[in-house]
Amino acid sequence: MSFFHIRSLARKEFLALMRDKRSRIVIIVPPIIQLFIFGFAATYDLNDVPVAVYNEDSGGASRELLARIEGSPHFSVLHRIGSDAGIAPLIDDRKVLLVVRFSKRFSADMARGDPASLQIVIDGRNSNTAMIALNYLRSVVLDFNRDWQQRHGQTGPPATLEMRAWYNENLQSRWFIVPGIVGSLMLVVTLLVTALSVAREREQGTFDQLLVTPLRPLELLVGKAIPGMVIGLLEATLIIVLMVWFFEVPLRGSLPALYLGILLFLAATVGVGLMISSIAVTQQQAILGAFLFVVPAIILSGFTTPIANMPEVVQWLTQLNPLRYFLVIVRGVTLEGDGFALLFHQFWPMVIIAAATLTMAGWLFRHRMY
Amino acid sequence: MSARLRRLWGMIRKESLQILRDPSSISIAFVMPVVLLLLFGYGVSLDAKRIPLGIVIEQPDTASQSLAGAFDRSEFFRPQRFDAIQTAQVALAERRIDGILWLRNDFSSRLFSGLDAPIGIFVNGVDSNRANITQGYIQGTWLAWLQHFAAAQGRSLDLPVAMEQRVWFNPALNSRLFLVPGLIAIIMTMIGSLLTAMVVAREWERGTMEALMVTPLHMGEMLTGKLIPYFVLGMGGMLLSVAMALFLFGVPLLSPFWLLMACSALFMLVSLAIGLLISIVTRNQFLAGQVALVVSFLPSFLLSGFLFDIHSMPEWVQTITYVVPARYFVAILQTLFLAGPVWPVVLVNAGAMLFMLVVLTALVVKKSYKRLD
Amino acid sequence: MTEQSALSFHNVRQVFSSGGHALCALDGIGFAVAPGRVTGLIGPDGAGKTTLMRLACGLLRPAQGEIRVLGLDAVNEPQAVQSAVGYMPQRFGLYEDLSVQENLDLYADLQGLPKDGRAARYAELMHMTGLAPFTARLAGRLSGGMKQKLGLACALLRAPRLLLLDEPTVGVDPVSRRELWAIVYGQVREQGMSVLLSTAYLDEAERCDDVLLLHQGRLLGQGAPADFSAEVEGRIFQVSASGISHRRLQTRLSQAPGVLDALVEGETVRLVMQAPGEPAAASLLPGLDEVRIRPAAPRFEDAFVARLKTRHDAAAALGALDLHIDARGDEEVIRVRKLLRRFGDFIAVNEVSFSVRRGEIFGLLGANGAGKTTTFRMLCGLLPASGGELSVAGHDLHTARAEARRHIGYMAQKFSLYGDLSVAQNLRFFASAYGLRGRRQDQRVAWAIDTFGLADYRQTNARDLPLGFKQRLSFAAALMHEPEILFLDEPTSGVDPLARREFWARTNALAEAGVTVLVTTHFMEEANYCDRLVIMAEGTVLAEGTPREMKARARSADNPDPTMEDAFIQLIEQREQAGEKGKETAA
Repeated sequence: MSFFHIRSLARKEFLALMRDKRSRIVIIVPPIIQLFIFGFAATYDLNDVPVAVYNEDSGGASRELLARIEGSPHFSVLHRIGSDAGIAPLIDDRKVLLVVRFSKRFSADMARGDPASLQIVIDGRNSNTAMIALNYLRSVVLDFNRDWQQRHGQTGPPATLEMRAWYNENLQSRWFIVPGIVGSLMLVVTLLVTALSVAREREQGTFDQLLVTPLRPLELLVGKAIPGMVIGLLEATLIIVLMVWFFEVPLRGSLPALYLGILLFLAATVGVGLMISSIAVTQQQAILGAFLFVVPAIILSGFTTPIANMPEVVQWLTQLNPLRYFLVIVRGVTLEGDGFALLFHQFWPMVIIAAATLTMAGWLFRHRMY
Repeated sequence: MSARLRRLWGMIRKESLQILRDPSSISIAFVMPVVLLLLFGYGVSLDAKRIPLGIVIEQPDTASQSLAGAFDRSEFFRPQRFDAIQTAQVALAERRIDGILWLRNDFSSRLFSGLDAPIGIFVNGVDSNRANITQGYIQGTWLAWLQHFAAAQGRSLDLPVAMEQRVWFNPALNSRLFLVPGLIAIIMTMIGSLLTAMVVAREWERGTMEALMVTPLHMGEMLTGKLIPYFVLGMGGMLLSVAMALFLFGVPLLSPFWLLMACSALFMLVSLAIGLLISIVTRNQFLAGQVALVVSFLPSFLLSGFLFDIHSMPEWVQTITYVVPARYFVAILQTLFLAGPVWPVVLVNAGAMLFMLVVLTALVVKKSYKRLD
Repeated sequence: MTEQSALSFHNVRQVFSSGGHALCALDGIGFAVAPGRVTGLIGPDGAGKTTLMRLACGLLRPAQGEIRVLGLDAVNEPQAVQSAVGYMPQRFGLYEDLSVQENLDLYADLQGLPKDGRAARYAELMHMTGLAPFTARLAGRLSGGMKQKLGLACALLRAPRLLLLDEPTVGVDPVSRRELWAIVYGQVREQGMSVLLSTAYLDEAERCDDVLLLHQGRLLGQGAPADFSAEVEGRIFQVSASGISHRRLQTRLSQAPGVLDALVEGETVRLVMQAPGEPAAASLLPGLDEVRIRPAAPRFEDAFVARLKTRHDAAAALGALDLHIDARGDEEVIRVRKLLRRFGDFIAVNEVSFSVRRGEIFGLLGANGAGKTTTFRMLCGLLPASGGELSVAGHDLHTARAEARRHIGYMAQKFSLYGDLSVAQNLRFFASAYGLRGRRQDQRVAWAIDTFGLADYRQTNARDLPLGFKQRLSFAAALMHEPEILFLDEPTSGVDPLARREFWARTNALAEAGVTVLVTTHFMEEANYCDRLVIMAEGTVLAEGTPREMKARARSADNPDPTMEDAFIQLIEQREQAGEKGKETAA
């Protein structure tokens, strides 16, 4: 393997990518725009959930609880209704997510020390949103209960929960999602850069011109991999700076461990991209192939929905997905403060994926003939 | 048959024959939705089950065992016992468990003496949504146990306010019931725009566009002639997806089937029109494919309200979501499947899609003229 | 310019903007096409032929000027024009995944052909084009010549009054070309159709009633082909001499005083002189005996060259190619034995055998799809053979180590250098790919830029080069490492006659320097440049030998001086007869 050959190949790849204004823009601008839009859009946290109140009670207790609900940033009371018949239209039409109903005897029951019932009707069409809203409401009610019992000299439940969340103390969804976006964007950009590199040369005939030179497949492979790696690395650095500085995601762990993760992830992604590119005969096939890899890779990576919830078979499939490991690394380093030791089991599968895909791609350079 | 109809028919027949002979369109329309829906329908779930939970009991006795037993019996947890809180915390850091339930050695004595007996709970908060759900399940199990405990002692548990919740449309809060219709919307956005993104560009690239242009064929006839076969194809994929939703994933359909199909048809037309517009503007299969992917997948995945509540996004992001057609279709599908024909929801969202269709059609007509320059 | 003309342009100008700067594709074009005649639009690639055709059918809007088609205004009523004319674009506008019949049905529907007249018209056209037995076959499975005839049939469905054909004969074998011309003239006779046909083959000009000569966006002249050739009457001579190779003869003649153009033609060299009058042997070739000079009948191409070529000294520069090829002896450097290549059940190359000696120019001749390029790719190691043996400089390049490829240079059929890289960057890259570095690399890049006249384009992106310069750049890139063996795949396809002459002058110089050249071409007359050649059709070798032997076989009483094309057509016909006989005996 000649360093001189690789250097001139890599130089050529960079020139080909960067001399064209359109491809320069495609590589840099969309990821940053997407980071901003998706970073703000993608959150499971709910704000200002629209609520309707049906209060048949005229006592002070219901007013007090209602004030707490209204005071929460999670809820905003938009409608007040006076009959059961008013509930269905509001929920059906998605005007409100939930209706809170205080029965006639609410304050009276409370004054007597009997359990007062707070009735909730919630729209379950999006069960996750419903569940989160119910959780918010439950903690409002539990807080209210505790304060009420203290004030009225009642004893609370014999055992209480002291809940603490590690790593993401306020359970901010953004801290979870933004690192995921970082990984997904890196995947998309790196794959777009590499998945086309061989297919484009094949289609334009320049690959033949390369194959008749004394360049070796290994040199071609390294020369083709370097630009994807370097662009990915620069882009990753930029996105991570934005993540920490703009989205205020903490960076608690080992930066070298993060960069080792980035390098291995890029190597694996470049490998997949070059493999797709070597299999494809036309650029169109390459782009379809890249797409057919990217969509499942993102959806089944644990980016938005946990891998633990998937059936065994699908969980097994995700082991082939480099993004899966990388997301654990990004979140591990940013939120959990991990170093090399705790991330070891995320590193080695990516090494295997990279080795396998790169070998396959290098072999296909000469053996994929049409 | 008038000359106009004959030309249109000629285009439709030609396009259909090409579809039948090109395995890639058929596989995009039929194989892709089945594979993706299978993979995602099973793979994408927000229902946490069998959460690995570490339980540390420092002083085993009946009270602490009965609390731990409540977690053992819950379908939501897969408890593991640890001898000491330190080892459990290591396991939490190493991601072997997602949470810890910690009963200190004075738990029972405080419980029976009427002092407040604290139960220590740690959860891994990285995945905040899962952490929230986990905490919710822990609270539920805890409340149930409290009631059980009070009853065993011949008392009732007195809480000042007790929440009685009724969940409409999806009482079991099964996430698959809303995720599957949402996935149909996303998959169909991609398929619709991919199908047509290539077709006009292909004519340019193969040089057949010139031959078509120098005939009495009008541009409108050409576009309609292309759209109809792909519409039929796309609706085939749609039917397949709906059938899988109903029979494989058990999503109930509470609305008339025709209404579902009418809305799907409208959405399919919007997706196809987007693809057509891309194809006309780029005139290049490769570029068209690239653009189609960029505008269809991530935006419909993240901005459609399929997973993330649009209402909770910042105002300016909410404004952006108005141009994502999947947004309207997701709302319609979730309502039609789970809630029934709620006309205000259907009409508003269908109206928005219709408006998009009109705008897109106008753009397509404006951008397509029988000239090469 | 009367209303009776089928097509008329008046002061038409067309400008394209590419990469920020405007490019004038056509300038000040004015002509009229007479009805009921075949008008040829002749010019090299990039002359503006396709732009002119597209303007004529209203597909482009001219920047300036007036275009009338059959009395209609093509600028303002394009749809009316498009409904009235018949047009066959380049690549014929066929749907390759539809059958012959389905293509016909589509265009019949689009052109509004009444249902009841169809069967008769289909039958007529299928008979005329000889496609009747193939109506169920997919268009993509037809040969180049059949596709071209199907495209023509689709354009002729409702017998338009004006037929526009854009390069209908490109890449098609000579037999099919002759048939196409016969069909076109048949339509003109029977239907009174007017035809405008563009072509880059100058020899086809002589088949037209009337010729429009286009060059670099300007109309150089209009008239009957004979009018053009009359201009060079008395300036054309054939020269032969003994004791000198025809290549060296051509090189010397092209530098001789008074010679505008010298072209190898069989064993003789064809001269176009700057002025009429027979030149003296002593002034042309001093020091040579037995020089025979005989006047020849002028051709269209002579007139074309005479109009465009100003005497330049490229040939002098080419004499000193300054190559250091370490090649002695005349052993066989390329050997091919029973080479076979299948793609699925299709046999692209069927038991091809030939061998090439060191320092030879060896040609592979045949129409598109004859298997030339596939053979080539196997020789260069780009495609594994399905069977047979091959060796290049003692190696099978598909399995040999990388070092073995250092001996060969390769120039692909279509331009295949990096479009986004500048000329200098391309040259540097290929120099380094062959392991040249440091001062040696600088020297070679400077040599290439100097020898190939690329100095003005050093920093230009390769994509934006004019066609002729792209070809020069590819050629230069293939020579960076001074290879012993050079593979040239259709190097002159789409290149104008002047650039082709330049190219062959360089190739000759290379061969003189000892480089072995393997070249493919579908221009029959270029076979004359080769020392030996094989003619291929449908994957098999029809004949092997020197150009003289090939032509000798076609010599007959009717045709005492056959061209390479005559020889080719005769071979194809013999093959077809043999095929039919084979079928009969089988039956």
